[in-house]
Amino acid sequence: MISVYLQGDSWAHQVPAGLKLLAVALASLALFQVTSLWVYLICLCVVLLCYASLGRAGLAQLKLLRALSFFLVLLALMHWYSDTLHDGALAIVRLLTMVLAANFVSVTTRMDDMMAAVQPLFRPLALVGLSPRKAALGVTLVLRFAPHMLVVYGMLREAWRARTGSRNSWRLLAPFAIQSLRMSDNVAEALKARGGADGLSA
Amino acid sequence: MADRSLVQIAFYAALVAVLGLVPAIYLPWTGPVPITAQTLGIMLAGIMLGPVRGALAVLLFLFVVALGAPFLSGGRGGFAWFYSTSGGFLIGFPFGAFAAGLVMRATRELSVLVSAAMAAAIGGILVIYAFGVPGMAFWGNMSLAKAATIAGGFIPGDVIKVCLAALIAQTIARGLPSALVSRN
Repeated sequence: MISVYLQGDSWAHQVPAGLKLLAVALASLALFQVTSLWVYLICLCVVLLCYASLGRAGLAQLKLLRALSFFLVLLALMHWYSDTLHDGALAIVRLLTMVLAANFVSVTTRMDDMMAAVQPLFRPLALVGLSPRKAALGVTLVLRFAPHMLVVYGMLREAWRARTGSRNSWRLLAPFAIQSLRMSDNVAEALKARGGADGLSA
Repeated sequence: MADRSLVQIAFYAALVAVLGLVPAIYLPWTGPVPITAQTLGIMLAGIMLGPVRGALAVLLFLFVVALGAPFLSGGRGGFAWFYSTSGGFLIGFPFGAFAAGLVMRATRELSVLVSAAMAAAIGGILVIYAFGVPGMAFWGNMSLAKAATIAGGFIPGDVIKVCLAALIAQTIARGLPSALVSRN
């Protein structure tokens, strides 16, 4: 399954998902009471040690910082420009700490386990007459639709390329939307024919 | 909730996800600011599905991302990104889709093109920024004005997406009218 999850059986993989989620939630609340840069730096080091404890593959996960770098540079420039470097450093270290800590949970938890850990949150849906299982079915549908849409788009793009020689065009968006919408209609009918989403619980 | 609604919601959630996989583009007149297709999906969800289902589709998308799927623009995934400078924008996404759906409904008499353009501009820019800019100020430890300056760099790209969303909505309304659920 497509996910940021990293295969493994380290100590962090063995901690229950709910516990890890709770830890990050509490940490985020606690960290906001702190305004000392040193405390943040220590927390950041602890989080980095967690990644290091997963070995080389764990450290490779730090590649997500590349996606953040654009904003971090912007943030640093902004604070440098307005002479609030200390606030800037605080913001950047806090951001790094929280993003890396939360990402550590994602990296060491399978999506199924994550789903199982948050499933109780959907229980109140039953009070308004909705099956909590629908959320799970929704997630499954999204995970199946997404790669299928890429296939549909790939076929359109090849046809476009064969006819025009150019690689890509915004003009493909509309036929792509219509073709994939038809596919979703078929899925809805197939689901209905099999007894619908509620039929799953039987 | 009918099964068809569930499939529609999942469909648009997946569309937002797939648009997140489209590589960012850089245009000469927008400078170094990356333009991603993700919010185009948010706009379309609201425009096509209406307020409630549109917002639910975006919530489902965010949920799948939070579970760990790398569907945020730039191949990012996991709930870590709610803690980053773009966290406010993510929280604004479902509200943006909801607003876009409301506008779509309120402007029923107008042509789909005009109506969808208004919906995309209000839901996809105004509402999302109303959440995104304070979020950015909060996480970046800076004033609202500064956060707005940084976020402002993304507006030209968003205007392009508004035009695309309107064109796509109009094309779908012609080619597959039943898919424009917000007006059925």
